[in-house]
Amino acid sequence: MKQKYLPLTATIFIFVLSYALCAAQYPNILSTRVIGNLLTDNAFLGIAAVGMTFVILSGGIDLSIGSVIAFTGVFLAVVLEHTSMHPLVAFALVLMITTLFGALMGAIIHYLEMPAFIVTLAGMFLARGMAFVLSIDSIPIKHPFYATLKGLYYKLPGGGRITLIGGLMLLVFAIGILLAHRTRFGTNVYALGGGTATAKLMGVPVASTTVSIYALSGLLAGLSGIVFSLYTSAGYSLAAVGVELDAITAVVIGGTLLTGGSGFVAGTLVGIFIQGLIQTYITFDGSLSSWWTKILIGALLFAFILLQKGIIHLSRDNRKRA
Amino acid sequence: MQTSSENILSAVRIDKGFPGTKALDKVDFHLRRGEVHALLGENGAGKSTLIKCLTGAYHRDGGSILLDGTEVDPRDTFDAQRLGIGTVYQEVNLLPNLSVAENLFLGRQPRRFGMVDIRAMNRKARELLSQYELELDVTRALASYSVAIQQVVAIARAVDLSGKVLILDEPTASLDAHEVAMLFRIVRRLKARGLGIIFITHFLEQVYEISDRITVLRNGRLVGTRDAADLDRRDLIAMMIGRELAAEIHSAHANTAGGEPRYRFTNYGRRGRIEPFDLNVRVGEVVGIAGLLGSGRTETAEVLFGAHRADSGTAEIDGRPVELSSPRAAIRQKFGFCPEDRKTAGIVGDLSVRENIVLALQARRGWTRPISRAEQNRLADLYIRALDIRTADREKPIRLLSGGNQQKAILARWLATEPEFLILDEPTRGIDVGAHAEIVRLIETLREKGMSLIVISSEIEELVAYSTRVIVLRDRAHVAELDGDRITADQIVEAIAAANERRAS
Amino acid sequence: MTTIVRTYLARLLPQLIALAAVLAAISMTFSGFLNLEIQNGRLYGSLIDILNRGAPVVLLAIGMTVVIATKGIDLSVGAVMAICGAVAASFITSGHSLAETLLVTLAVGILCGIWNGILVAILDIQPIIATLVLMVAGRGIAQLITEGAILTFNEPGLIFIGSGSFAGLPMPVIVWLVFGILVALLVRRTALGMLIEAIGVNRQASTLSGVFTPVLLVAAYVLSGLCAAIAGIIAAADIRGADANNAGLWLELDAILAVVVGGTSLLGGRFSIAASVFGAIIIQAINTGILLSGFPPEFNLIIKAAIIVFILVLQSPRFRTAFAFLTIPGRAAKPTEREAK
Ligand SMILES: Nc1ncnc2c1ncn2[C@@H]1O[C@H](COP(=O)(O)OP(=O)(O)OP(=O)(O)O)[C@@H](O)[C@H]1O
Ligand SMILES: [Mg+2]
Repeated sequence: MKQKYLPLTATIFIFVLSYALCAAQYPNILSTRVIGNLLTDNAFLGIAAVGMTFVILSGGIDLSIGSVIAFTGVFLAVVLEHTSMHPLVAFALVLMITTLFGALMGAIIHYLEMPAFIVTLAGMFLARGMAFVLSIDSIPIKHPFYATLKGLYYKLPGGGRITLIGGLMLLVFAIGILLAHRTRFGTNVYALGGGTATAKLMGVPVASTTVSIYALSGLLAGLSGIVFSLYTSAGYSLAAVGVELDAITAVVIGGTLLTGGSGFVAGTLVGIFIQGLIQTYITFDGSLSSWWTKILIGALLFAFILLQKGIIHLSRDNRKRA
Repeated sequence: MQTSSENILSAVRIDKGFPGTKALDKVDFHLRRGEVHALLGENGAGKSTLIKCLTGAYHRDGGSILLDGTEVDPRDTFDAQRLGIGTVYQEVNLLPNLSVAENLFLGRQPRRFGMVDIRAMNRKARELLSQYELELDVTRALASYSVAIQQVVAIARAVDLSGKVLILDEPTASLDAHEVAMLFRIVRRLKARGLGIIFITHFLEQVYEISDRITVLRNGRLVGTRDAADLDRRDLIAMMIGRELAAEIHSAHANTAGGEPRYRFTNYGRRGRIEPFDLNVRVGEVVGIAGLLGSGRTETAEVLFGAHRADSGTAEIDGRPVELSSPRAAIRQKFGFCPEDRKTAGIVGDLSVRENIVLALQARRGWTRPISRAEQNRLADLYIRALDIRTADREKPIRLLSGGNQQKAILARWLATEPEFLILDEPTRGIDVGAHAEIVRLIETLREKGMSLIVISSEIEELVAYSTRVIVLRDRAHVAELDGDRITADQIVEAIAAANERRAS
Repeated sequence: MTTIVRTYLARLLPQLIALAAVLAAISMTFSGFLNLEIQNGRLYGSLIDILNRGAPVVLLAIGMTVVIATKGIDLSVGAVMAICGAVAASFITSGHSLAETLLVTLAVGILCGIWNGILVAILDIQPIIATLVLMVAGRGIAQLITEGAILTFNEPGLIFIGSGSFAGLPMPVIVWLVFGILVALLVRRTALGMLIEAIGVNRQASTLSGVFTPVLLVAAYVLSGLCAAIAGIIAAADIRGADANNAGLWLELDAILAVVVGGTSLLGGRFSIAASVFGAIIIQAINTGILLSGFPPEFNLIIKAAIIVFILVLQSPRFRTAFAFLTIPGRAAKPTEREAK
């Protein structure tokens, strides 16, 4: 097997293994209902993580997405409460704002040669700050269109549902996979991750690619914010704190190297599933106090990284012997 | 100002300065249609800088560029590619994480319905590489191939991009004779098609073999342009270094060191890297290591230095067993090692020349015993002078030095530790003729002072010049050893060839 | 010697200017800002307050600087602060002496550093991810120690560290001053600083040159853990209790920001502890300044982001080259050695 598929294979293997272990303890985990919920509950995280995957593949990082999600939610809630704007128009408007926001960060990163970590950290403060300025309260969204959207789902055999937002996440992943592996833009993203200086000498349009990457991340964070507002039916400026870390975790568990240049969008989906599975397991167990949950997630994160390293290491050794 | 129509590319009065350095000072350069034009000069003369100015990788401070008689101003390398200028830059190769095919077609992948047509791209990549007699799995990451193959891929890409001009900045540094011959065949073909080709190298034989005209730079200034046929080697060297080069060095093996071996490696090796070998080195001996790329030369050096721990065999110094489990352990036994890949394993780019020179010495003394600033300055100045390292001052970050000067600074790093056993992996790669002779002489001097050296080199003439013994490698194993009068270029080539025939049969 | 002082000042100049600008801006909106007064042998005033409030971030920034210099990052420091605060509180409330409590707490911080260091140096896990593990789990561990509650104490010795004063200055200021100077001396008076920078720039080349990379890497994370432990003690002593949920929350980001405002590159290499300390104080001055100037609190984050972006833009390489003529002229070009011959 090709070296580059190893981390992805390792992740899928680990996921199947842990799913089997969970299923052995709680057979219910296999039901379509649980699977449907897994998609719905993680839809916003998954969509944001697709954007994060592109950013990380290019060797950058985007810490702003949690704040952008919160901003989007508050923006929608405020707009829908105070104006008669149709939600679809509001969606388009907010997506434009977040995309521009991302593009702006990308431009600063490229043109001022500032590290992505810091620029997006400032972006994180800024987006959260704008959410605060819009409103510091949690505002419920009662627009009837929201109810319509939430009523849309595809029924699976066995009582599970693929909701609109769950389906949307899968769609975003599909598009993300095509974008990453089947377009020149995608290859340019990997090229940046392989080394900006070299990529530049090879004629990659570094400026437009960098700006597009962060714009894409902003767009998807905005979309994720819309999904989150559908999911919670509210907008709250303190929501989605730390989502960027969950997204980074999913990307890394999915086998993408944080140093950039190597990884798969599909891996991130598996990473999301693994995190979702952990949550589901903890809910099924039900006896864990909140701190044990945190410790367990940390321990599992550690275990995954270790397992991944181990599997890659072992197979490399075997290849050498052969 | 001459812009006759036979010139495909003209650079007029190009200026480029860096803080503390004037890298190019009103340099004129004219490239004709259908010629191979060698651009020569010492390390740091400004060759790579000129290339980067021509292709928009650097922004020149002044001067103009004419392509096909019309003034052009490539803003970046993408622009230059569009104008038909394909370039292989020195040291910056390709993207190791992308597949071979993606590297070849980056930015111009064939598309169907807006999507990259991967199958067509891979097919075209295979076709392209077949001209270079390379049969690769083009879907594999570039990093999984050897440096030589990567270099050929870089050349293939540049050739494919060059509608009018092909620029090669030291493309042959890591190629073997066979690959160089192949490259030259292709260059001749392009020349016949009317392309202009700029060729930078420090191998003078190659210059005379392929080029029509020669332009020499020195200290950022144009020394002159001559027809290759009218310029003999001595005059060329004089143009490059501004003085006559001292007589060529005589071979060393006449006075082979005697006495008992000081270093004994018995059945030494590491699985998957280098087969177990026996190696004895005496005081004042230079053991040359020859072999094709990938034959296990670097692996031998790394195992000896503990960069990869040996998993079989024993090492003894003066009959006393030693453990060479890590570079630190080796350094404690007064070992030193100049690695082949200076960019990733040699230089510490952001640190100054001074810090790079004292690094190994400081590491050996331990962090509690810092070398005083005055002492650091003294050491740095000493070696900058002794090895003639061209740098504006010792506080310049080493990554801003030209390639050859970086190499000398790494050498200085080890000399500063006063090693007794020094391993040099391709010490003269990318080093100009003057410095080349100096390094060969330096190896001589070190040997006379009683140091034991292992020197790996692709340049067989050079091995003959300084080795007291030559070991030939093939397929990650030591297969032959030559000493005394048997160290001649012919014998070494024969040993390498014989080794390969055995593999073929 | 004077040249060393001059290069040192040149290095700190952007931070000093930024700090002066921030302070000037605040004193314009809030008149009494620069006033200092002495009560009961102790200095009071907004400036002292900034130095005092900034103590945790300054301490974290000291450790973070060294970690970042090795091309790493330590996301766990906030969580380690929480753990150490919890440990200190639970030890002191269960009747241990102050010395024992402090020793154990510092040891726990060091232990956390060793854990991070081993993950990064030995298991070769990328620093962000390696320290993310403890960032996620650490807060859980802290909550486990306090069992979810806020663990209060009233041992005067421990409280003194948070709110006492010495030589006219609040204890936290004394602590970070002394600690910062010690660390700065440790790295600059020995060869540690250069070796750490070498690792950060090129780990492989450094290892091949005989630098003891794994040990130095672990040491960097240990220092960071130690800094987090001290910061945790100060934070707990300040509120006389351990709040596992909120102690040190998001302070890792402030610390990283402080390091960057201090001009140390996130790509590793060159670092300056003093500049990071100034960076942390700038950030605290911004925080305090926004509070004092009476803007509605909703605007805090936006203003903070704007100021930080502004400072960073001033420092960015592009901006510096564009306005290079404004900075101190560099040494004149010297002829190359060859020409001199
Ligand atoms: N980015 C840079 N910043 C500062 N100085 C530089 C930079 N690039 C090159 N220089 C300096 O410009 C001079 C010319 O360097 P250049 O790389 O062009 O030399 P070269 O002729 O290609 O040498 P070599 O044969 O060693 O490759 C050197 O003194 C080098 O130190
Ligand atoms: Mg060059």
